[in-house]
Amino acid sequence: MGAESSTPRPSSWPLGRSGAIVRRIAHFLGPWALILALWYGVRYSGFFEASLIPSPVQVASRLWEMLIGGQLALDMYMSTQRVFLGVVLGTACAVPVGFLLGWYKGLRSFMDPLINFFRALPPIALIPLVIVYFGIGESAKVIILFYAAFFASVIVMYEGISQISPLYIRVAQTLGASDAEIFRKVIIPLAIPHALTALRVALGVAWATLVAAELVAAQQGLGAVIQDASAYFQLDTIYMGIICIGFIALAMDVALRRLTRRALVWQERND
Amino acid sequence: MTQRNERIRFENVSKVFDTDDGSIQVAEDVSFGVADGEFVSLVGPSGCGKTTMLNMVAGFTQPTTGTVELDGAPIDGPGSERGMMFQDYGVFPWLSVEDNIAFGLRLRANRVSDAERRRIVDHFIELMGLSEFRRAYPKTLSGGMRQRLALARSYAVNPEFLLMDEPFGALDAQTRTAMQDLLLSVMGEVRKTVMLITHSVEEALYLSSRILVISARPSRIRRVIEVPFGFPRTAELRDSAAFADLRSEVREHVMREYAAQESQARHQQTTGQA
Repeated sequence: MGAESSTPRPSSWPLGRSGAIVRRIAHFLGPWALILALWYGVRYSGFFEASLIPSPVQVASRLWEMLIGGQLALDMYMSTQRVFLGVVLGTACAVPVGFLLGWYKGLRSFMDPLINFFRALPPIALIPLVIVYFGIGESAKVIILFYAAFFASVIVMYEGISQISPLYIRVAQTLGASDAEIFRKVIIPLAIPHALTALRVALGVAWATLVAAELVAAQQGLGAVIQDASAYFQLDTIYMGIICIGFIALAMDVALRRLTRRALVWQERND
Repeated sequence: MTQRNERIRFENVSKVFDTDDGSIQVAEDVSFGVADGEFVSLVGPSGCGKTTMLNMVAGFTQPTTGTVELDGAPIDGPGSERGMMFQDYGVFPWLSVEDNIAFGLRLRANRVSDAERRRIVDHFIELMGLSEFRRAYPKTLSGGMRQRLALARSYAVNPEFLLMDEPFGALDAQTRTAMQDLLLSVMGEVRKTVMLITHSVEEALYLSSRILVISARPSRIRRVIEVPFGFPRTAELRDSAAFADLRSEVREHVMREYAAQESQARHQQTTGQA
């Protein structure tokens, strides 16, 4: 923003520099204001009984209560840790496997049905089996997240790798590069953007799978909070848990996107 | 037929590609040679197999029958003595301008000392007019600058041959003319043996010592035109009467092949639909 905002530009906003700031804030808050309005709208529409839809204020005060109680921080920590482990392990396996599948067409057509078979299975359906083989400890939850993260990111990775243009490899060959040099100096730089996209997709899918993973006898975690609340019909707590998951996932996505942009300054972007 | 100091030799080269719709013959019994220091252009309709012929010299593909030889030995793969330029530039987007030029010099095949590498990179950055952009990424460069960068990167490893596949095809007319002049002046400094694929008769005439007119698919050499103009060449040549005469003569030959290719395509279309 810096250099750009120092030069006055013609705009419909007559306030100049401070106008730009106001506009940024509006841009940032706009979508949230919209969702709040929708929330109230549904609540007062009479479509559902109002008592079944806690107001945002109720949910916020519930959030505050649980935050100062200290319990919520631990839940957030446990969930984030599980997601983090599942994503890191899942992507760490998906990147090399996806790379091989993207690179070797024969291997890809051989493995494609299997990958799509497993990818289509809802992680929640695997829970009974995971419990049988891995018990109900921490590892069982991480394995479910690992599963979800792996199959989502392996596809992103191999689709990306299979679209790498042979042009750069040919250029490197005509400059005298050996196969090892081509791998190190051409293929890895071209694979990194796809690996980062795979990581981002894995992160999203893992958060989306969290509640299912914490169905496995979790005492702590946001998914556990939601399930406990559901047993006692505490709707405000359910809403709060959902909102927490959404915000943590959003924050991690924004952070990852910033990191990606910094690591890939060379990429051409349309924004 | 074999000349002295001949470097590249096509001997009865044919190439057949197998596709899902059957096999396509892209080259049929092609024989010609390229002598040391020669600048040979291949002109012919799109899809006639010119690129395949260049790729055989580069070592990306092998002939189905016949041989393509480099200094008397069959070509069996790419090598840094044969630099190549592509229509899509092929500059590495993740490397800055200077790192693109230095890429080849950092490879084991042509590694030089750090000081030498810096000297070579500086020289070509200067020569190609990229000084202001040395730390820029290719995304900030225009098409003409990208192709200058690609030329600098090829030249940096000092190849004996330069294989160019429509290198200026994506550039606007003015930039294209400027690139041709730049190429001539760089060539004047360090001569290479060149094979150029182009659609432009004007470009072929202006740059080459010999033009091969390639027929519609499967490609054969329809005509060989010795370009009588000496080097160094300057922009005035383009405006001369001799240049204009030769240009219309060559264009006539080329247009005939384009028409043949077109009617071939139309024929395929109708038989395909039937």
